[in-house]
Amino acid sequence: MEEEDTRDYSEPCVQCSVVNWGLTDEGRFYCKSCHNVIERTKEVLTSDVVPNTKIQSISRGFRKRKKIDKGWEWYVCEGFQYILKKQAEALQTLGVCPQMKDEILCNFWRRYLQKSKQAYCTTPASYTSKTLSIYDVSTDVDSEPERISIHGLSSFSESDGDLQTESSFGHVSSIGKASARETTSICSGSVDGGSYLLKRKQGNLRMSMPMTLSFCYIALLWLREPVTLSDLLRFVIDGHIPYLNAFQYFPEEMKLYGVDLKIFRVESWPVYEDVHNKMSELAAFLDLPCFPAITDSCFLHPNILCIKYLMEANLPDELHNWTCRVVKKINVGETDFLTLDPVNKSARKVKYDVLAAATIIVVLKLLFLLDDQYEWLNANFAGKRNQKNKEGCLWFDFKKWYKIIKKSVDMEQKKLDEERARCLWKCEKPLFYSAKEKSVVLKKRQMVVNLQRQFGALSGSMQVAEKQSPSSFQLNWTEENTDGNCFHGHILEGVLQEKGNSLTTMNTKYWLCTVKLCNEKICGQLTHYKESDFPQSYQFVLNLFSFLLRVPASLIHEEVCLIEHKLFKTKLPRK
Amino acid sequence: MDSFVEQLKRGTQEEFTEESAWDGSAVNTTSSSLPAVYLPLLPRYLRHPTTRGRKATEFQETKKACLNYIQDALLHHQWQRAAEFMTNYLETLENTSAEKRIAAPEVIWRIGTEILCHHSKSSIEEFNYFAERMKNLGVKRYLKVCLEHVFHLLCNGLIDDAYQNLSLAEGWRYGEQTAAQDKELKLLQAYKGLLDYYNWAKKRKAMLELDGNFADSVEQEMHSFFRQAAVNLKEIIKIPGVWDPFVKCYVDLLEFYEDYDEVRQVLSEYAYNSKFPPNPNAHVYYYQFLKRHGESKKTLMSVLKILHEIVPSHELMLEYNAMLQKSKKRKNHRLGLEIIFTLLDFAGWKEHVKAWSCLAKQIKQILENSSKHLDWVTEKWNSRKDWWPAFHFSHYLAKRNWQENESLACEKALVAGILLGKDCKYFKYVSHQGCKAKKEKFRTMKKFVKKHSSTHLRASGVLDSCTHL
Repeated sequence: MEEEDTRDYSEPCVQCSVVNWGLTDEGRFYCKSCHNVIERTKEVLTSDVVPNTKIQSISRGFRKRKKIDKGWEWYVCEGFQYILKKQAEALQTLGVCPQMKDEILCNFWRRYLQKSKQAYCTTPASYTSKTLSIYDVSTDVDSEPERISIHGLSSFSESDGDLQTESSFGHVSSIGKASARETTSICSGSVDGGSYLLKRKQGNLRMSMPMTLSFCYIALLWLREPVTLSDLLRFVIDGHIPYLNAFQYFPEEMKLYGVDLKIFRVESWPVYEDVHNKMSELAAFLDLPCFPAITDSCFLHPNILCIKYLMEANLPDELHNWTCRVVKKINVGETDFLTLDPVNKSARKVKYDVLAAATIIVVLKLLFLLDDQYEWLNANFAGKRNQKNKEGCLWFDFKKWYKIIKKSVDMEQKKLDEERARCLWKCEKPLFYSAKEKSVVLKKRQMVVNLQRQFGALSGSMQVAEKQSPSSFQLNWTEENTDGNCFHGHILEGVLQEKGNSLTTMNTKYWLCTVKLCNEKICGQLTHYKESDFPQSYQFVLNLFSFLLRVPASLIHEEVCLIEHKLFKTKLPRK
Repeated sequence: MDSFVEQLKRGTQEEFTEESAWDGSAVNTTSSSLPAVYLPLLPRYLRHPTTRGRKATEFQETKKACLNYIQDALLHHQWQRAAEFMTNYLETLENTSAEKRIAAPEVIWRIGTEILCHHSKSSIEEFNYFAERMKNLGVKRYLKVCLEHVFHLLCNGLIDDAYQNLSLAEGWRYGEQTAAQDKELKLLQAYKGLLDYYNWAKKRKAMLELDGNFADSVEQEMHSFFRQAAVNLKEIIKIPGVWDPFVKCYVDLLEFYEDYDEVRQVLSEYAYNSKFPPNPNAHVYYYQFLKRHGESKKTLMSVLKILHEIVPSHELMLEYNAMLQKSKKRKNHRLGLEIIFTLLDFAGWKEHVKAWSCLAKQIKQILENSSKHLDWVTEKWNSRKDWWPAFHFSHYLAKRNWQENESLACEKALVAGILLGKDCKYFKYVSHQGCKAKKEKFRTMKKFVKKHSSTHLRASGVLDSCTHL
């Protein structure tokens, strides 16, 4: 209570120049270090004070409700901590190893808090400029920053919200005074919401909703879990991992409004490249050591991912032999290349899923050329042959494959588009910018719910279809199906020929997607993909993988160009 | 930075003077009148081309896609599907873009009513519930929604409910919003007046059926309905606009109570006040009223003259034509001929026997009157000779008219024969068929045409090409 009332007063004491005020029984201010009583007395707070400006002492479990409406005083990073915890739990129920939450993610998060000077340090970043001097002279044992080391961060699994945050923000109690003035100007539910958005200027790696996924991904990567980034994002969009309206898991008392909305409200799905870039930035920021090596037995190794995507794309198993050869030739299967090493800044941060997909495309180009001519001629040949010889292995018929895949992808795409259009973005707990808006927003929410009920009853779709259990496969093709739609067992006879004692392609030509890569620093990207410039078959294959990975076709195209450059390095004209 | 800008400025100035010196004095004058273009300085991060513009959030995009699905479903009458997507679209009311949030209620209202009107599981209760919600959604649209709700109730025959809703809406007060929706309020009251009129008319019918016994009380009730209706109807009619149903009812009320002066005033105002949009019905009502009260031919004709100018194809034109024919003035005869010709320019009159017989009769009269006014016919015909043959007198039409309506074919054949000569296809076909059927009137017609077709040729002299049609 005392701190609550005195913390707004941050003038140093006249006698000992320490800022550490207490209240006498009469409500007068006195200096706790030299016991000098001054003129100032406790102010009576008016009822409409700006949302509370200073956190008191979370470390002492001090959570005072000023007004019912105002809730707790909380920090933005606490909010993200809640969300990360929920996400980690969701990943665990999806089958990720249990270490992930309490050991890996939790540690990364602590490290992040420390590196970004939000906790576990003597001078939290946002207040440094103003509070440093005060700290240096502080003698009060009560404001000890060392306390943290005693308590440590309770692990995420101690799921009591209060416990969790308690120890991590112990320091905050005593440094609040200065920031009071900053935050009063910007209205927010959290204590530091207003200043949080300004932090970018300081070159700090700021938390954001996509960043939570970068955190999840980096933890998964550390554990070498068989989840690619595209899978992770797909699970997020399909609602298996909390992301949209994740703030609804906050405890009742953590109120969100004002600037907090900008931080926690989600109106767009995470973007692959964005999350990926943030992940590598984060790895560097956290100063992590080299990640566990990705060897050829790991799921993320291109040879293994290629098997997965070949299956999913309904392509012959025999192609795997070729993807392995390409991978070996361009050295992308090397552990050094694949393992994330934050220290080595020049190393490319591998997008495992995109790399595997691009490798398959390059192999298809090597074998079938994909110039809208060769593959069709070849397909006609294979088709005729298959008609004649019904026994034995079937030859891979590109045309038939195209027809089947096209049909099923179009269907799935249509379903997906409809599902997206049906996406509900708002949750039960509506967000409002300020208390003034509250009644309007609540009324509108009620209205929407009522109308949804009415139209839902009309369409009889009130009972929402059961959430499908997540799968890493979006398309399934099995040999058991007798309709002959599965190409896994088909052979590549007709496109390969024996030369010496190894197989080579019949096709002797190749075309490059681009001769010259752009400079990423000047153009912002390495390649510029314009659909109409490329053969239809190539576009189709690209779009197929773009659908499977749910990334833009241009991203895969870029990877294809990079692989080609490595593959044909010696033959390309040197500039 | 400042020094750089300075430099840049100086640089452009130098360039400027150089250029003008090089171009000579003539150009100098023009270029000095043009202000120089100062290119903005590019911030460093904009030095390379960017492909990313400001993108709409995915929330907006999915809602847009959702709307597209709804519209598609509506077009295909898939009400079930539309309702499903509607459930997901409703969130747009909570849109974060203020512009879209403001537009949303209207969209929801339109789509919602459409779905509720057609969905098999929908009922009037569902609709009422929805309408009440929508009324609550925005005060700016309150009265509009009320009115549309009333229309829907009326369409379903729920007149009492509609009346109740109108009374409620009439009493709606919401600060400045009430004043802002003044027009809607007037309209609402007018519809209430209309319903009062409806009740009044029911009472009138009841009274006429009753014997004198109860007539008094009924008459009193009737009178109160009359007063309520008259007040509201009179109000709306004062505002410039097209108020046909209201005017008709108001006139009916007034006429019943024999307030003819008021009727005359209202109707002439409605027809002739230039602030009102041109409205043929206004003239028709006025004409009908005048006719009912036995006004002079001259007055009637003057009303119809204006109507002719607005709608030359109006059905009253036949009446007008008849009136003109009866008049003694030659000028009027000529006008009558013009009216009937213009009337037949319109596809709607193509198969109107009476119109054709009028034309035939008039032309015949002119020819019989020693062809003194043959030039009238020639004049009218000249502007039509290049398209009437195909429009009215083709071989196909001859066949069809003959099959469907002999007397029409007969009248048309006579006109065709006179205007195009006896060799024209229409006349030839019809007269041939007529002779086969051995009908007396065709023989006389043929004779008449033969006698006058020479006159026709002499009169126009340019029709040879058309006769080949």
